[in-house]
Amino acid sequence: MVKGDEGMRKSAMRESGSDRVFTVVNYVLLSVFLIMVLYPLIYVVSASFSSSSAVISGKVWLWPVEPTLEGYRAVFKNAMVAKGFMNTLLYTVAGTAINLVLSVMAAYPLSRKDFRGRGVFMLLFVFTMLFNGGLIPTYLLVKDLGMMDTVWSMLIPGALSVWNVIIMRTYFQTTIPNELLEASQLDGCSDIRFLRSVVMPLSGPILAVIALFYAVGHWNQYFNAMIYLKSSDLYPLQLVLRDILVQNEINIEMLGDAKTAAARQGLRELLKYSLIVVTSVPLLIVYPFVQKFFVKGVMIGSLKG
Amino acid sequence: MLIGWKRLLRSWQLYALFLPPLLYIIIFKYVPMYGAQIAFKEFSVTKGISGSPWAGFDQFERFFRSHEFWRLLRNTFSISLYTLIASFPFPILLALGLNYVKNRRFKNTVQMVTYAPYFISLVVLVGLMLQFLDPRTGLINSILGWFGLGPYHFMAEASWFQSIYVWSHIWQNVGFSCIIFLAALSSIDPALHEAAVMDGATKVQRMRHIDIPGIMPIAVILLILNTGQLLETGFEKILLMQNALNLRSSEVIDTYVYKVGLVSQAMNFSYATAIGLFKAVIGFVLLLLVNQLAKKLKQESLW
Repeated sequence: MVKGDEGMRKSAMRESGSDRVFTVVNYVLLSVFLIMVLYPLIYVVSASFSSSSAVISGKVWLWPVEPTLEGYRAVFKNAMVAKGFMNTLLYTVAGTAINLVLSVMAAYPLSRKDFRGRGVFMLLFVFTMLFNGGLIPTYLLVKDLGMMDTVWSMLIPGALSVWNVIIMRTYFQTTIPNELLEASQLDGCSDIRFLRSVVMPLSGPILAVIALFYAVGHWNQYFNAMIYLKSSDLYPLQLVLRDILVQNEINIEMLGDAKTAAARQGLRELLKYSLIVVTSVPLLIVYPFVQKFFVKGVMIGSLKG
Repeated sequence: MLIGWKRLLRSWQLYALFLPPLLYIIIFKYVPMYGAQIAFKEFSVTKGISGSPWAGFDQFERFFRSHEFWRLLRNTFSISLYTLIASFPFPILLALGLNYVKNRRFKNTVQMVTYAPYFISLVVLVGLMLQFLDPRTGLINSILGWFGLGPYHFMAEASWFQSIYVWSHIWQNVGFSCIIFLAALSSIDPALHEAAVMDGATKVQRMRHIDIPGIMPIAVILLILNTGQLLETGFEKILLMQNALNLRSSEVIDTYVYKVGLVSQAMNFSYATAIGLFKAVIGFVLLLLVNQLAKKLKQESLW
């Protein structure tokens, strides 16, 4: 790797004409690409801080126009959004905790060569990735278990992802040296103690990646909530969002301050942009910190697949 | 024999650990497979899964004969084929381009920005699309307006639906999908590049003769594996994008199962399960075939 960089640096010093053209074209294309991904994101943030009249008359291009916080004021005044935010926080934290514990409990034994029957268990797990009972039988099961319209329906049906178990198992297999296990077994260390005090401390990166994948899943989940939850008290943020953003169902109360129909229409659009920002920001804040970990996670996953 | 039992006993803790996840898999994955038998029954809630009378292949026949069948099949395949083909080259191109960027800060910025949309929720993504494509207040129509075009009501046209679905998918996933190709590129032996530079190869030549052949095996295998998912349309996103006007090109098997089973006035669990099972079986066969093919190719590229 270092060597390659050196080679490239050397070649940069005597870059030929065609290489210079290539470099310029490459940077231009990547910049265009960068803008295409970035622009919608910037636009949303700018629109959310602009005045409602500027938003609907199409005056916002790059930076906020006539900056205000009226969109955010309307968002935070809304009880459904606040409630949804708290619910989502609960589902994400509790759900991810359950996910992680169960995944470790599945992945660690499967990573041990001396775990009798692991071939059969592995097959049992992997088969569920290839074939499933389908939406309706799963729905009926959740109903029969009495989880309908409870917090449990948000936490338990998706408590384990086999894919993540496989990634974690591969990590355990490749990073925990067998000698460590043998040495501690000689010292009379039990399996659970070994897992807790040797394996876990060595598995920080993989736990971070898997936690991120699970947490993003919970934070963004709307479909299960839509079919399992009836009472709006339990609605996660995404379901509230869906009503407002996609179904365009906005309480007149939310638009309280606006007097005229045009002002209402404007605030309605503004509100959507502010909502998008409020919902997406928590993930986007966490994301740069875990970015280097998840690249690793993707790699371990692909090694296997 | 005795030694075997002793070993088993000694590792009882591993089994204790493994029990809860195993129970989870059995209850939440295998019990629904057992429940899928209602596809062959006339299911009634009062009689339960095992008590309902058998109906043979009636539900399946009904589905194959219904006028929805071909439309669902066509939409499902065209959306997933379109996605598969259109989204194939972009992550590779992005990775190839990034591989020749020497400016670390620029490279990191591009990577960080292009990964970010992957974390945006589908609800937000579809919300964004609706905002941008709005005929009156949307950004796209304002831009088209400059050139005297439009306004178009994109979301209300069946003919636009699949393109909007696919290109927004690419926008959201290209950065994330490119990670694996970047890794493949960094594992190419640097000596190859050095030798090529010594021989006076240009960057374009190096890309063509070193980088592209270097990542081709992984690209082909990924492509093959993705064809195994051909029936898996991103149905949660499609459901959000659907409206009465674009239904003609947006209704796929999964959304139809959801509607027949859980939304429609005359909820029909057996019929919906049968349609879902039909899809699951075809998907399963497809996956097996494709995995076989991928294995063969992997071996060939190894030897």
